[in-house]
Amino acid sequence: MDYIMAFVIGGLICVIGQILMDTTKLTPAHVLVLFVTLGAVLSGLGLYQPLVEIGKAGATIPLTGFGHTLVTGVIEEVNKRGLLGIFTGGLTSAAAGITAAVVFGYLMAVLFNPKSK
Amino acid sequence: MQKLTKEQQDYQNFVKQKRPKPPLLKNILMAFIVGGLICVVGQVIMNFYISRGMSPKEAGAPTSATMVFLGAFLTGLGVYDKIGKRAGAGSIVPITGFANSIVSPAMEFKREGYVFGVAAKMFVVAGPVIVYGMCSAVVIGLIYYILKL
Repeated sequence: MDYIMAFVIGGLICVIGQILMDTTKLTPAHVLVLFVTLGAVLSGLGLYQPLVEIGKAGATIPLTGFGHTLVTGVIEEVNKRGLLGIFTGGLTSAAAGITAAVVFGYLMAVLFNPKSK
Repeated sequence: MQKLTKEQQDYQNFVKQKRPKPPLLKNILMAFIVGGLICVVGQVIMNFYISRGMSPKEAGAPTSATMVFLGAFLTGLGVYDKIGKRAGAGSIVPITGFANSIVSPAMEFKREGYVFGVAAKMFVVAGPVIVYGMCSAVVIGLIYYILKL
C-alpha cells in the first residue's frame, strides 16, 4: 500500500512540474527553486505533513520534501532553543541530504567524465 | 511595447503556428510514471531503514542521502541523463534530480579545474535551491517564533 501511495503522490508532484515546464517559460532550475519554496510554505501552513502521512516517500523524495525538511527542522529547534533555532534548525534537519549532495556530487564529478552525446 | 505592423503580426502568428508544441499529454504521462517509480524506489529504501529499527521520521535523512548517492552515481555513469531525456520533470523534481543537477555541470566543467570548474559549477542549480530553501525556512521560522510569543 505504501508503494502505491508513494507512486501516485510522487508521480502527481512531478506532473505539476511537467505542466509548469511545458506551459510556461520556467526552466528546470526555476521549477526546482519554486518547489523547494512551495514545500517550505506548505509545510509552514501545516499542509505538507498530512501529505507526507499519505504519500510517505512520494512526498519526501520530490524536492518539495526538502523544503518541508528545512521548515520542520526550524520549527522543532525554535521550540527547543527559541530564536537561535531559526538559524540552526534548517541545516540540522537537512544535514544528511546536503552533506550527501556535496560529497557524493563532488566524488562522482571527479571520478566520471561526461559521456559524449 | 512597440506597435507591430500588420506584416509583423502575421509573421508572429505564422511562427506561433509552426512552432512545435510539446506533446503535453505524453510528457505528463512520462513524468508521472518515472517520478512515481523514483518515489517507489525511495519508499523501498525508507522501508529498509525502518525495518532496521528506525522510526519513519528518522528514516527520512538516510533515505535522502541514499537517493542522492544513487542520483549522483547514475549521472556519473551517464544513465540518468538518458532517463531524463524522456522523463522530463519526472527525473528533475525528485531529489535524485537535485543530485543530477550537481554532478552534470561539475563533470562538464572539469577542464576549468577543480576549484572554478568542479567545485564552483556544482552549485549552478543546487546553489539557488539551497538559498531559496533556507531563506524561506528562516522567514517561516521567524513568523512561527513571533506567533508563538
